[in-house]
Amino acid sequence: MDDPLYREEILDHYYSSPYRGRIERPDCVCDLENPFCGDQIHVELTVGDDDRIKEIRFDGKGCVISQASTSVLAEHLEGASVEEALKLGPADVVKLLGMPLTPTRMKCGLLGWKAIQQALKPRGAATV
Amino acid sequence: MADAVVSGVGAGLDVERVRADFPPLGEEVRPGVSLRYFDSAATALKPRSVIEAVRECMAEYPANVHRGLHVLSERATEAFEGARMKVAAYLGVDDPAQLIFTRGTTEAINLVARSWGKLSLRPGDAIVVSELEHHANLVPWQMIARETGAELRYVELTEELEYDLDAFDRLFDDGRVRMVATTGMSNVTGIRPPIEEIVRRSRERGARVLIDAAQSLAHERLDVAGLGVDFAAFSAHKVFGPTGVGVLYGRREHLEAMEPVLGGGNMVLRVERHRAVWNELPDKFEAGTPPIAEAIGLGAAVDYLEGLDHQAVARHERALIEHAHQVLGAVEGFRILGPRSTAGKGPIVGFTLDGTHPHDLSHLLDRSGVAIRAGHHCAMPLHARLGIPASARASFALYNTTEEIDHLAGALGSIKGLLRRR
Repeated sequence: MDDPLYREEILDHYYSSPYRGRIERPDCVCDLENPFCGDQIHVELTVGDDDRIKEIRFDGKGCVISQASTSVLAEHLEGASVEEALKLGPADVVKLLGMPLTPTRMKCGLLGWKAIQQALKPRGAATV
Repeated sequence: MADAVVSGVGAGLDVERVRADFPPLGEEVRPGVSLRYFDSAATALKPRSVIEAVRECMAEYPANVHRGLHVLSERATEAFEGARMKVAAYLGVDDPAQLIFTRGTTEAINLVARSWGKLSLRPGDAIVVSELEHHANLVPWQMIARETGAELRYVELTEELEYDLDAFDRLFDDGRVRMVATTGMSNVTGIRPPIEEIVRRSRERGARVLIDAAQSLAHERLDVAGLGVDFAAFSAHKVFGPTGVGVLYGRREHLEAMEPVLGGGNMVLRVERHRAVWNELPDKFEAGTPPIAEAIGLGAAVDYLEGLDHQAVARHERALIEHAHQVLGAVEGFRILGPRSTAGKGPIVGFTLDGTHPHDLSHLLDRSGVAIRAGHHCAMPLHARLGIPASARASFALYNTTEEIDHLAGALGSIKGLLRRR
């Protein structure tokens, strides 16, 4: 049995993500839950004066896809501008994961993305 | 028209013949991978005879029922009401008018909660449910409790997660219980509450009883008249019939006293500008065009059930659950939700596998053609009691085999390997 979605790189993100943890003084946070699987995600971010994301950390419990996709996103978005981060859509997340997701797994795969979007939204609006 | 499925009196179930009745079995879900279906508790597969009955209705007499004076409508009405009679016979109900076609178990329980509840519940009255219930037998009661000032009480399970009749008895101490709504079989653990005892004790104390037979009816007959229940509900799709239709049984005296929940066509005898006179049973509760082909499909499903040797099916399903507890229980990290013993439970195994999330498990099992279910199975209070957000569930029906369960056990083993931390 094999599945490209559960390849080593993704399992590394799941078991030992360098982005798992807390930030002492985060600028924005968001908690989200996927009630169908009981996945939970907490994300924290710091944003610099240049409006770029300095640090992203997350914590949570859930399936491999929900946790690993959040880690993959954190890796991708550190250093990006808030505007770039807010522009990122579901299709981009799927591309980053490198595997198509079935409709049911989409909810898991997009949980971290949703949390980051919600955390950053007030900042995005302020700069427009 | 039910396909014969037993090879002789007293013989075991001819599983190969049963399997041939259910089209997707033995087929490939993706190239080179055949289906192993362990999700019958969510919805059962449909035998060819059911599929044919639905097709026949839609192709040959796709007319509306009642009041049509043309030949197609008469044929549709006859088949539709014939289905009601088949269900009545199967449940041991002598008067088919006591059976209301609903959209399913959920709608049936909502109908009782809203209509009977509004009529009968007063502030301080109590409704008894158990920790085992599916949301369909919880939320409608929460809603009507809030509306009427009644209180929802839970039968707490024992440490071993078995139904506790002593805990049940204690809920009656203040004499305020008006309704006991209980599942016939937990959709998560397969546990079967002691229905006969629950019905007897409830009625003795003046409470009404509703049986949520959604899970149990695919595995055992429900003799509603013999049991003396007040209400019973089930869905066609869990007993090998189509989705979109279910049945509410109610004692005539209750159904007569209850107000309809939905107003519209068919449920009225006469409509004036500002008032209407309700129709007789069962039409009073069947507003609008009913699910005609689906009900006829349910009739065919009941024919199928009638054609089975129930003892042979029960023996086969018992062998399946015993085998499942044995071989799945031997998988490292496998934890069965509920009692280890298979006595008093139906062919459902709720479980967790240490270190793996049920969704990952279900996803990976699908790669080898195994269909199970993962999540809270619409039983969040039970999962809260278990202290877990989600679980996996393998549920079996008469068409499953012990070889399929061996395949599941093997697949679980390789998933543990695949997901291990490297």
